Amino acid sequence: MRYAMAVDTKKCVGCSDCVVACQTENNVPIGYCREWVVEVLDGTYPQLEMEIRSERCNHCENSPCVRCCPTGASHYSDGGIVLVNEKKCIGCGACITSCPYDARYTHPNGYVDKCTFCIHRIHDGLKPACAAVCPTKCIYFGDLEDPGSEVSEILKKRKHKTLIPEAGTKPQLYFLI
Amino acid sequence: MNEEIIVSGRNNPFIDPVLQIWHWQIPLYLFLGGLAAGILFFAALYRIMGKEEQYPTAVKKAPLIVPILLVFGLIALFLDLKHKPFFWQLYTTIKLQSPMSWGAWVLMAITPLSFIYAALNIKEVFPLWDWKFQWLKNFEKFSGKYIVQLSWAIMILSLILGVYTGILFSAFNARPLWNTSILGPLFLASGLSTGAVTIMLMSKNARERKLFARIDLLMIAIELFLIVHMFMGFLASTQVQIDAANLFLGGPYTAPFWIFVVSLGLVIPALLEILEIRKYHIPAIVPAVLVLFGGIMLRFIFAFAGQTSRWLY
Repeated sequence: MRYAMAVDTKKCVGCSDCVVACQTENNVPIGYCREWVVEVLDGTYPQLEMEIRSERCNHCENSPCVRCCPTGASHYSDGGIVLVNEKKCIGCGACITSCPYDARYTHPNGYVDKCTFCIHRIHDGLKPACAAVCPTKCIYFGDLEDPGSEVSEILKKRKHKTLIPEAGTKPQLYFLI
Repeated sequence: MNEEIIVSGRNNPFIDPVLQIWHWQIPLYLFLGGLAAGILFFAALYRIMGKEEQYPTAVKKAPLIVPILLVFGLIALFLDLKHKPFFWQLYTTIKLQSPMSWGAWVLMAITPLSFIYAALNIKEVFPLWDWKFQWLKNFEKFSGKYIVQLSWAIMILSLILGVYTGILFSAFNARPLWNTSILGPLFLASGLSTGAVTIMLMSKNARERKLFARIDLLMIAIELFLIVHMFMGFLASTQVQIDAANLFLGGPYTAPFWIFVVSLGLVIPALLEILEIRKYHIPAIVPAVLVLFGGIMLRFIFAFAGQTSRWLY
């Protein structure tokens, strides 16, 4: 199993519904966020290009955060989802420093917190909250090893990219371009 | 025009707008750890070579301050943790890929050894020292028999401790400024240099002071060589590493780095030590304090500048 997510940058309107859904679903403390929306504007008028990306933890296959965690609190769970075991986390900040996407933060309770791909919803057969709530249905989620899954189907059909693959992390958050 | 902005608003404390997760605790610990490693290395080295009579400060006196340095370093490390009640989880795991894990284990090994080494030499400074309990006297006698083996263990562990202070940073490829293998040897050389000047400062023996001034000169030369190589490597590398080098070559850290670390911390003490060797009278405290100051600044500047270097946004 290899869970992955694809975000259609041509369909995303940047409404930030996914951000709010995530905060509500996961009880993210006020003032923090596990996901965010980036707007890229490129070119000179009138040749302008815009790309909107809904970003979160990339659940990398070669995660620097899992590698550098001194206690094993950061670990790979089902389908390669990167999770933090808060009972093992000492809050040293090594994983936060090691993440090129700055996807982690220290929870006010001391341990490190991040996107979980809503693993509790996946276990119930549901999509992650961000994908479920998206009004333009631009977030695709599923198992890459299952050729019939939503995410495998869309990645077969469309051109896509990942963010800073040159950092060697093998990110699993794809952007359809 | 190329503009990349987070439109949903992201303001995670200590992450945005630039990473600032590590404050004064980590660089202070790196300095204390490097200094402790430097003092222990020279103490163990000259003990193994059987030169405790020629260089009594290096072998016997200076190691007495090492346990204090390491304890303050450990306190700083503990203060850095955000989930403090769980700190013991560090010692339930050995993870070789994580420098912080094996660094914690090295500290766990070298701290008690430094206490034993200091205890064996405490009568040199306090001749009337009394252990009070018979079992402590027996333990002193017992470990005294193995002082050479103890010195070997301390020498090897001190090198690992010294190099680890740099590898801790260089293992993070997410921070391009830190992601250079030169940081390991650079921080080790800086640790040995601060250790050498501390011995020089404490010594009352002219021959010993001269020796450690020369050792310090050699270490400063190595540091300058490594710094030049570091910039050559950065400037010949990818864009993110060129940007990282530019933090020191015109960017916001240019003045503190070249004034505090390179000029005051390396070049001026080196010149003063050369004058001293050429028979001019220079009070040892001047180059020593400058080198210690430069060592602190090197770690602080690298810790803070490194956190601002990044790949995205």
